Amino acid sequence: MSDITEPHLMVNGTKFTIDDSWLGESLLYTLREQLGLYGSKNACEQGECGSCSIMFDEALVCSCLVLTGNAVGREIQTIESLAPDGSLSDIQQAFVDVGAIQCGFCTPGLLVTIKNFLESNAEPTDLEIREAISGNLCRCTGYGRIVEAVRVASKASEGTEETLNDND
Amino acid sequence: MTTIESHKVATDSGVGVSAQRPDAIPKVTGKFAFSSDLSSQNMLWGRTLRSPHSSARIRNIDYSEALAITGVHAILTATDVPGKNLFGLEHPDQPVLADDIVRYAGEPIAIVAAEHPEIAAKAIGAINVDFEILTPLVDSEIAITAEPIHPEGNVIRHLVIDYGDPNASGELIVEGTYEVGMQDQAFMGTESGMAVPSSDGSVDLFISTQWLHSDRNQIIEALDLPEDMVRLTLAGVGGAFGGREDVSMHVHLCMLALHTGRPVKMVYDRNESFLGHVHRHPAKIWYRHHANRDGRIVKVEGKIILDGGAYASTTSAVLANACCFSTGPYNVANAQIEGWGVRTNNPPCGAMRGFGNVQTCFAIEAQMDKVATALNVDPIELRLRNALKTGDKIITGQIITGAAPVKEVITSLAGHPMPEPAEDNLLARPGGTGRTSDQKHIKRGIGFAVSIKNLMFAEGFDDSSEALCRVNDGAVAIHTACVEVGQGFVTLVQQIAEEVLGTSDVEIIPADTSIGSAGSTSASRQTWMSGGAVLKACEAVVKNLTEQIEREEGVRYQNIDGTLVSEDGATTIPIGDALRGRSLEEKVVHHHAPTFPLNEKGQGNAHVSFAFAAHRAVVDVDQELGLVRVIEIATSQDVGRILNPLQAVGQIEGGIAQGLGLAVLEELIMKDGVIQNANFTDYLLPTALDTPPIEIASLIEEPEPGAPFGAKGIGEPPTISSTPAIVAAIRDATGLDLRRVPVRPEDIALE
Repeated sequence: MSDITEPHLMVNGTKFTIDDSWLGESLLYTLREQLGLYGSKNACEQGECGSCSIMFDEALVCSCLVLTGNAVGREIQTIESLAPDGSLSDIQQAFVDVGAIQCGFCTPGLLVTIKNFLESNAEPTDLEIREAISGNLCRCTGYGRIVEAVRVASKASEGTEETLNDND
Repeated sequence: MTTIESHKVATDSGVGVSAQRPDAIPKVTGKFAFSSDLSSQNMLWGRTLRSPHSSARIRNIDYSEALAITGVHAILTATDVPGKNLFGLEHPDQPVLADDIVRYAGEPIAIVAAEHPEIAAKAIGAINVDFEILTPLVDSEIAITAEPIHPEGNVIRHLVIDYGDPNASGELIVEGTYEVGMQDQAFMGTESGMAVPSSDGSVDLFISTQWLHSDRNQIIEALDLPEDMVRLTLAGVGGAFGGREDVSMHVHLCMLALHTGRPVKMVYDRNESFLGHVHRHPAKIWYRHHANRDGRIVKVEGKIILDGGAYASTTSAVLANACCFSTGPYNVANAQIEGWGVRTNNPPCGAMRGFGNVQTCFAIEAQMDKVATALNVDPIELRLRNALKTGDKIITGQIITGAAPVKEVITSLAGHPMPEPAEDNLLARPGGTGRTSDQKHIKRGIGFAVSIKNLMFAEGFDDSSEALCRVNDGAVAIHTACVEVGQGFVTLVQQIAEEVLGTSDVEIIPADTSIGSAGSTSASRQTWMSGGAVLKACEAVVKNLTEQIEREEGVRYQNIDGTLVSEDGATTIPIGDALRGRSLEEKVVHHHAPTFPLNEKGQGNAHVSFAFAAHRAVVDVDQELGLVRVIEIATSQDVGRILNPLQAVGQIEGGIAQGLGLAVLEELIMKDGVIQNANFTDYLLPTALDTPPIEIASLIEEPEPGAPFGAKGIGEPPTISSTPAIVAAIRDATGLDLRRVPVRPEDIALE
């Protein structure tokens, strides 16, 4: 079999060749059990909880609802891409700083969701934050510290922008 | 009295600051290993065949076809259970695998190990069970006198509390009946684990749980193995809330691993998770309150029926809580309470955050509001007039010797500013953007409720905890079997060790069964019990260290605020420095003050300590559509002392969200004993839009005698009185009676 016909997945900038027996599985299952990327979590497997949220090209999706075969040739970004060189992104740091983490099971999906949200809305209101994360269930925190983390991170993003503007 | 001023992790150290969780970085980078993330070379996948029927006789199980599927390595049934085919948290009454009878829909019948989860699922589908379907017993009231569905009968516990004068009566009588639906813990990480067999016939189990030693003790009975042949290690836990206190897949995994000689992993999907753990007991409650015109509650009569489902689990203890605290955080001189915990063919019910107090608090607080209306007294004033205080008795005759700042939680909350009037924003309306509520139909309501919760296990149970503190050249390692479920015990361990030993070089050894039991991570008890054990172990190390130095130097030393000072004042050594170059190790077992069983009149010093909270809810309701939006919950809570402000806030906010779920969203809907909504599409958890901002009016810091640093457990109170506060607010907005939770749209719109 030549390289051209062998299916592959592009995940966090790395090309993974996969056996075609995995093409019929959910992308979440393939990420976890074939590629060993356990950061995306399975809590409902029907797109209700957001624990498996990933970026699929430009779209935020639940990876449990994507067929692996449909992910071939797409750019996939998982939680593992948020701190590639080990230094935390603003939103990860904010989660740590304001106590937005308890059991942590929903945390990866929330972080992927929030990173994507803040890219489109750098200065959200509290209600906008709550709406943006309403597809991600958390059972431990009551969301208060998570909303606070988004506030903090959005200010951080704002600060970065201001610096850029100043440079302009 | 302290309020949380800073919502950020502190740079200071020790007890009382918002220290950073040691697992924070792995959890935000996706590297934290939950039990579902485990894998092993040569691993098989396990799966469980469960009964679709709530009551049936098993005539025959034929798995020959399933076993012939390529990749299937084992199919085991009741006859393969090596030891006793019974387990149970308080008392073994539940089969590991059903043999002749299934008593609830979801009861495990057979287990499979296969090369791939899909093969395991295929094998499950190929097992043929011949059932004789029986009529299920699903009404908890009828169950009391119905034909027994279990050899031990249908009444798991009948409890009477006969306190004061049974003939006492008040100038005014208020009566009501109430119902609580079946709530689920719905932790995000479903049940999962991996068993790894050894060549000597022993097994290691890596599992998400709440109590490693209780699990181990039940597993060894079923496997017929000695204690040292079954070793449990905690795997990353994705929330618990009571739902992991019972054994689920534990024995199944060990059986499959020992049978196949290969590691076996199991992960329940969400549907199976709903079937695979206990739920909050549904309750039917009747109350008659007697009050005098002066606003004093004279007597409370109550009857409480808890539906325990098919097996006992913790029903007995849940019932005790429901009854012991059935008059709320109030000083009531006379009480006649009768409670039943019964067996039905509904799913087994057991521990969930609030543990019995949730059910009765909903009813008591509704009664208090009715009494206030009947007396034409402000409901907050009525509560203040009857509030318990230190030195008062609860209805079991036990005197409250510790802190009981009930008046303080009530007054501090009552004085907290109210939220702004409704915002005309579609997102902020009841039902949100997806619904059609009309601003002019929206009414605002306010409700208030107060709760009591006992801390630690009760009725004579010695739920001790063991801790080891080991110092090696200044580096500290702490070991307990205390389960971290997300609450932040691991942070407290580091804070306590740092506070006592003066070093931040503190490693936490993973929780396992190689050390003594820590008891369960439940009953708001681990800060007190395992936190207390860690404190004592660290203090024992300091004592040992001091004696070593005294022997070496021939002069006596005193520990003054973490510094050892020689009696002549000539030498001062910070403890952290003194630990360098030394090896020390101390192991201690921490017990709480003894408790005692309740006698035949329900009297006795059955409880260790009590915690109180008050909640005020503000809701907007569209009565035409039956839609509710909770606008704000404010709270004051009796916490003893805050050890980590951010974690305290996290417990309070999270607990309130679960109380909100029970108030307006969450219920397992049953039909003939079969759950109709065992998934997250139909079982509605509060989202970030359903959950309002939480205002902490006050955290009352009155140190609790006997508690480490004076700190009370804080996990459960937020869940208890938030539910009745929300329902009271809906009543205030609508004028409806609302005797049942969760309050459904039809309960509002169709009344």
